Amino acid sequence: MALRNAAPALEGHRLEVEVQMSVAESSPTEPHAAKPCRRAAFYDVDGTLVRTNVVHAFAYYTLSHPSWQRKVFGMARLLANIPVYLALDKFGRKAFNEYFYSGYKGFSEDRLVVVGEEVFDKVMKPAIFPGVFDLVSRSKDQGVEQVIVTGALDYVAAPLARHLGIEKWLANRLEIVDDMATGRLIPPLLAGPNKSLVIREYGRAHDIDLDSSFAYADSFSDFPMLAMVGHPVAVNPDTKLRRIAEDYSWPVISVQS
Amino acid sequence: MALESKQVIYTDSSSPARVLFFGEDFLEEHLPIGTRVIFPKPPMEPLANPKAAIRHALNHPEGGAKPLFAQLFPGMKVTIAVDDISLPLPPMVRPDLRQTILEIVLALLGDHGVEDIHIIVATAVHRRMTDAEIRRMTGDKIFNEFHPKRLYNHDAEDRNNMVEIGETKLGEVVQLSRRAVESDLTIYVNINLVPMDGGHKSVGVGLTGYKGLRAHHNPQTIRDSNSYMDPDHSALAKSTHRIGAIVEKELNVFHIETAVNNNMYGPALNFLQKPEEHWRSSDRMKFQALKYSLSKLPRAAKRRIMHSTPSPFGLIAVAAGEAEAVHDKILAACWKQYLIQVEGQADILITGIPFVSPYNVNSILNPLLVQVMALGYFFNMYKGGTPLIKKGGTMILTHPLPDEFHSGHHPSYIEFFNRLLPETRDAMILHQKYEKEFAENPAYVQMYRFGNAYHGAHPFFMWYWGENGRQHVGRVICVGAESPHVAERLGWEWAADLQTAVEMARDSAPPSPQITMLHHPPILITEVR
Repeated sequence: MALRNAAPALEGHRLEVEVQMSVAESSPTEPHAAKPCRRAAFYDVDGTLVRTNVVHAFAYYTLSHPSWQRKVFGMARLLANIPVYLALDKFGRKAFNEYFYSGYKGFSEDRLVVVGEEVFDKVMKPAIFPGVFDLVSRSKDQGVEQVIVTGALDYVAAPLARHLGIEKWLANRLEIVDDMATGRLIPPLLAGPNKSLVIREYGRAHDIDLDSSFAYADSFSDFPMLAMVGHPVAVNPDTKLRRIAEDYSWPVISVQS
Repeated sequence: MALESKQVIYTDSSSPARVLFFGEDFLEEHLPIGTRVIFPKPPMEPLANPKAAIRHALNHPEGGAKPLFAQLFPGMKVTIAVDDISLPLPPMVRPDLRQTILEIVLALLGDHGVEDIHIIVATAVHRRMTDAEIRRMTGDKIFNEFHPKRLYNHDAEDRNNMVEIGETKLGEVVQLSRRAVESDLTIYVNINLVPMDGGHKSVGVGLTGYKGLRAHHNPQTIRDSNSYMDPDHSALAKSTHRIGAIVEKELNVFHIETAVNNNMYGPALNFLQKPEEHWRSSDRMKFQALKYSLSKLPRAAKRRIMHSTPSPFGLIAVAAGEAEAVHDKILAACWKQYLIQVEGQADILITGIPFVSPYNVNSILNPLLVQVMALGYFFNMYKGGTPLIKKGGTMILTHPLPDEFHSGHHPSYIEFFNRLLPETRDAMILHQKYEKEFAENPAYVQMYRFGNAYHGAHPFFMWYWGENGRQHVGRVICVGAESPHVAERLGWEWAADLQTAVEMARDSAPPSPQITMLHHPPILITEVR
């Protein structure tokens, strides 16, 4: 049985990050330790860089299935589950993701990769907000490392990152057994608070000074990710995040025009 | 009561309490006997027929320029740049002077077959004006015809539409709006509220970007300006002159400058700019009613009322043509309205801080802007090279100094105030270490371009704007500061009331200090003999 866990599906593009899910150890405290000076900009994807979300990608995967029975069954399941998704999303992004990605059970890995490119071309690319290119370009001009942090799958995160000229991404990965998706995600699940843990570990692993780094997100569920850095930015925020951004005097921007 | 001139009154035992602005409120304070109080001049009589005066100026230009009509031909490309909402203060009653001028100029352009016309609000790195604010400034007819495609805010961060046209001998980059550079004619419509405005500053600053502003919006230039309200002693003005020479070489610019009187309050409240000795009993009643009403309102409501009350400024001079000749003529009118000669400098200078500055129209006068009003604008309101306050003297301000910012208009100010000022107040360090980072922060750029935020570099410029005041003044005491940590972060002391502040100031002053109060706004500029 070939099990995909830490081994990347997209060798050469994929970013490896060892994530310590337990309570983080305190950082070194030698008095003369040099402070890391590299900076990064962490971008959420859905609603921040693109107007689509993970459900659109899943719908495309389902509709592109060669078997019409799977197509019909998959779409019926998707539609029937919409109330469940909405309820779970209210309950928590982690619960939503765990349930949602179970729908990928039985997808072959090669199909996930190939269709992932198609999902990007046909679903995500047209949905990239117009202001995103300028935002990323100006951030790169500042010498800031660009990193996508998304609850979406790596199969669609990779082409998006390439298109935007972003070299690094942190995305969810499906567990693959014998070239088939099991419907489970490889932990740590990238959603809500876990995004902040992943960012912290990434910063530690790459000598990134989080105090002088940036994070861009649109949803209240990304509050922990935003709170990890010195320069949080609410992008096209939902009502709850907008209120928090105003309370904390974080910049609020729109990239929709 | 000794009388130095009509605008100067020395306080004696029978003098009434003086009225000072206290943000959105007023204070009434008895000043120590012997305090010199300097009042603004009464508003000059406005021109009887402003439209005729404007037409005359366009047809009889200054400095050898051709009349406007003689420069027009069908098919030409014309850009009209207008001053933004920072002028005049507060915004004037409708019709705004810019509307009056635009109506005349656009009719003239139309008569000569000129169709390719863009109107740019020359914001430089100020916030974009909202559609409603632009409509108010230009009038409905022009707004409906030109907005948004041919009437819009300048965008200093639009990389495709900013061009560098040269460099001065001192390496100052001249960067301008592409539309203006590529036009056959650029017409600049100015309202000159203070002598720092207008002249070469109009195009060279109003239509430039961060790269261009760095030439003079820096601490050293402000330190070298004595003061920046006096073009003859201003390094800022000298820099814009050098830049202006390049602009004039590369562009065909026709300047239209105006000066307005200081009729800030209108008939109902114009007693506020008179000495309290001259108030009638009805004035006192009106003032007490105003003060009482304000005291019952929340600050946001007071702010809204005050920002919604326009001023009936009147046109006192208009000139058109070549930059320097036009500006000289307008400056003469400004000095006539504002300049007051006084005897000797003050050891202690008292001034109220009002609710509005050039950078918070329809917004909050945050702590950095209080600083720029005190150590920037009010300190610099002198001509002739001698500040009103002695070197090392104490400046006493009255303002509640709340820790309050408008997050949509001044986002980078918040970071500047909370992250940088606790580290250093040294303008040179701030300039070298952090200015570029803020200027290029993508979120601030985005908020400037598509929101209504001041540019990321703007809080730095505001800090530099107070730099010559900061170098000159020994102590600043803020009366009524409700958040002492704000005063401390600015490097200031604070006092609960004016009497306490004066006593504190006496500690570091010579025996029998000369105490002066500036009874403004409206604007006054002193010349110390």
